[in-house]
Parts: sequence; structure tokens; C-alpha cells
Amino acid sequence: MKTNAPQSLRSRIAAHVRDIPRSGIRDFFDIVSTRDDVISLGVGEPDFVTPWHIREAAISALEQGVTSYTSNLGLLSLRKEISSYVQGLTGVEYRPENEILVTVGVSEAMDLAIRALIEPGDEVLYHEPCYVSYGPVITFAHGVPVIVETSVENGFRLTRQQLEAKVTDRTKLLVLNFPTNPTGAVLSREETEEIAAFAVEHDLIVLTDEIYGELSYDRKHVSILEIPGMKERTIYLHGFSKAWAMTGFRLGFCCAPPELTEAMMKIHQYTMLCAPILSQRAALEALKNPAEDITEMRESYAVRRNYMHGAFAEMGIDCFMPGGAFYMFPTIGKFGMSSYDFAMKLLEAENVAVVPGTAFGACGEGSVRCCYATSLDDVKEAMSRIARFVARLS
Amino acid sequence: MDELLKLLKNNAKESPETLAKLLRTTPAEISGRIAGYEAAGIIQGYQTVINEDKLEDGPVTAAIEVRLTAEREGGFNRIAERISRFPEVRSAYLMSGGYDLLLFVSGKTLNEVASFVSEKLSPLHGVVGTATHFMLKTYKRNDVLMSNPDENERPPISA
Repeated sequence: MKTNAPQSLRSRIAAHVRDIPRSGIRDFFDIVSTRDDVISLGVGEPDFVTPWHIREAAISALEQGVTSYTSNLGLLSLRKEISSYVQGLTGVEYRPENEILVTVGVSEAMDLAIRALIEPGDEVLYHEPCYVSYGPVITFAHGVPVIVETSVENGFRLTRQQLEAKVTDRTKLLVLNFPTNPTGAVLSREETEEIAAFAVEHDLIVLTDEIYGELSYDRKHVSILEIPGMKERTIYLHGFSKAWAMTGFRLGFCCAPPELTEAMMKIHQYTMLCAPILSQRAALEALKNPAEDITEMRESYAVRRNYMHGAFAEMGIDCFMPGGAFYMFPTIGKFGMSSYDFAMKLLEAENVAVVPGTAFGACGEGSVRCCYATSLDDVKEAMSRIARFVARLS
Repeated sequence: MDELLKLLKNNAKESPETLAKLLRTTPAEISGRIAGYEAAGIIQGYQTVINEDKLEDGPVTAAIEVRLTAEREGGFNRIAERISRFPEVRSAYLMSGGYDLLLFVSGKTLNEVASFVSEKLSPLHGVVGTATHFMLKTYKRNDVLMSNPDENERPPISA
């Protein structure tokens, strides 16, 4: 029978989209979702609910009938608060009028920055293991993802030497994410300066995703923005999801020189128009009273980090002590199975969900990601189940 | 507040072993520090937060405002401490504003609380007047919300 459906829909999908494999996280999510009573260390978000004063500001805005569009760049009042917040954090000042763009999460900002800069064939350097979206977003923009692999042996740090080995005359952009999801790696000021010098020498734009910037435990996070001369070539991405536990509000922002902000805004205005006004109003409240919320949550993550690290040590599992974010990336290679098999067997045997390291890049093989932004009771129970599981393996 | 006190305030039943792991120290060190806090009177005791509304034989509680006459020596202290000794009085605070002492008083029945006020509290020399407000429902006690409506749909796996 003749139908109106076109022949072979799959062949109509743009090749560069079709050829990107399904995310490993989604596959694993589908399996975990079929099971009951799973203790999950697989989440990528805080276990806290957004602080009440922020939720209350959103409710209050709704009551007042605040339901309109905003300026494409975002509410000016919010951009002003962002400007002084970023200045407090990094010492660098951005003009609210033309250097700050409010986006739908850092994910949108990342996409905007890459689309605004990348032409077909341009190469983008980024370090793996990393957040799942960097490679695909570069590919969507017809750029060439160039992976710099980091390893547990050097604390998942990124060095100039590694970058020099991968840079070419087509390299346009360097993507950084410190503190890093999924490893919790952080860089010292000296290490950051080295990378800054590399970017200057090769005349690269730096795209720095600092969504975990506030969640640095042993020392204050150093942004590459703080290195003199870097503001001129840096796009700084940040948002409210992690430090303020506002993932569902979907609100991020980018700070960049006016020409770059304008270019990103062009794409944003035609594809998104503006970030949701209620989320912007909530973010405004978040920035007016930030320190207390963040300090409390950071302290709470820090003790759970200690607990999880101690528990892995007792099991005899090597585990890099993360300096930031809320993930631990223990090494499970010695059990003679892949990260995926380890995660599957752990799920089947003990109903504990962790994310296979390979979801974050091929060099994540040999590790799994465990999130400690999970209630202490769940962390305790999960760790005792993992201990039971690995005791049977050895 | 010290990190150890914060953890204990949140859960007094946390074991020294767990606390040691959370704070990267040893159980012996934790026990020593707790003993120190107890000796210094910083830790006054360990209680369970009970939602009394859920007990079939739960008590009736009233907030009672008490107006007092101050004494030449010691102000309100002597009379306030005397009132605080009644076992019916669960908490007592000296207040600024329109009255002097705020009491939380519990009894098995409404009558029991009423007779405490009329027979024990009001006749005391120095008590000028009282106003009794019976509590109808508890929403939050000792930082703990009594209801737990936060059904979260956080996905079990996310990037």
C-alpha cells in the first residue's frame, strides 16, 4: 500500500547528526529506570532542593504576573548582579550592557559559543574525560573535536605539553572545564597560567565552563580569567544549576568581549529569544544572598566526599581525591572488566547505579563516576553494597 | 559552628566511625572531641524529634505569655527559674516586648494545662498576668519539617 510517509526517514537525517552515537548515559538510564529501589550515585545534580528564598522569589514573581519575554540578553537587573558576582569571584569586570548574555543553562551558552566561532573544519581542543556534550556540540557545528586525554596518574590535570602535541594551524578554540565533571580535577594557579600562555602563543579563544567553580574544597578555584590578558580571548560560562541547586530552572550565562557576546546573542535571539523570565527572577534573588547557601552546601558535599573517599580506600580501590565538583572517579580496572560491565554487574548484584567512565570519553575506561551529591544515608548504604560486591570479585 | 557539631545537630545518632570518615580523622579523636563538648556544656543532651501530632495519646501544648514583676535584686531570674522547674514547662524564654516570659507547657489534656495555669502559675507571687494559646498543629520543630511533601522526580542517571 502506498503511504504518504517519505522513504527511509533515517537516510534523511543529516549525516553529522545521524553518525553521533546515542549517549552512553541514556542507554544506562534506560536500564536503571526499569529497576526498583536502586540507590543511585549516577546523578549529575545536587541532592538539595533550591533554597527556599529563591523558590519563594519565583513564586512571588508568578503571583505578580511576571510572565513576559525579557530583553534578548536577559533582564538588565540580573546582568548587573552577574557582573558584580563575577567580579567578586574572578576580579574581572564585565559590562552588563554588552558583555553578558543570560542563557538557558550553560549547555545553551556552550552551543552558542561554538556555533558563533566555528566554521567547517575548524579544530576545537578539549580535555577528556569530560562532560558528555562537548564533542557532539562541536560536531553539530561542523567543527573537528580534538581530544586531549588526561589520566589519573597526573590527577586528570591538563598540561601545556599535552596541548602542544595536539594543536595545529586549524585549531581555533580551547575548551576548559575545571573543576571537572566527571573527575573532580582542579588546576593550580601555575597550571592555569601555563595553559593561558599556550592559548596566547597559539592565538586561541578559550571557552571555559566553570559551572562547578564554587564547589572547590581544598582551595579557592582559580579561573583562567584571572590570568592577566585572558579576558580579551576568553568566553566565561557559568550558571545557577550546581552552586545554587537550580538545575530545573535551566539558567546560565556567558561573559565575553562585546564582539563575541553580540555574535552569540544573534543565534540566541533567533533560536531561543530569551531565557525564561521566572528563572531569571529566581536567579536575581540567588545572587542577592549567595554566600550562605553556597557555603552550607559546599560543606555538606565536602564531608560526603571525605566519607566516600575513605570508603573506597578501605575497599582497596584506588581513587583520585577530587578537589572540586561532586563526583568521584575511582579506578576499577584491576577487577578485569570494562567500566560498562562493572557498572552493569554492580547494578544487577547490589542495585547500586554508577555511571561507566566511558560515557565521558574513551579514556574514562577503567573508571566509574560516583556522585556524592546524594544523601549521606544513601552514600553509606551504596558504599557498603559496593564493598560487598568487590569483596566477591577479588 | 564546628563541623562536628553541625553533623551531630543534624543526626545525633551518627557513629564515631562514620563521623571520623566524614571529617577525615579517627573515631578516637571524634569521641574525645564529643566528650570535650559534653564536659564544656556545649552539648547539653541528645533528644529525638517526635511529631507528637501523630501520637494517639500525644500531649496538648500551649504557648503561654506571662507578665512578671521584676525584683530589686536579680530582675526576672529568680521567678523565671522557679517557673522553669515545673515539669509541665517544656521551654521557657525571657522575651522583649509586651510580656516577659514565653512558656511552652504540655499536659495530657486541655484541662490539665488549664489547671496548671490557674492553680500553679497564676497564683505565684510576681506573676501579674497570663495569656494562653493552645497549639493546634505542628509544621516544623527543631529545624525539622513535620510533613515531607518533597516528592522529587530527579532522574536516577544524568550527565
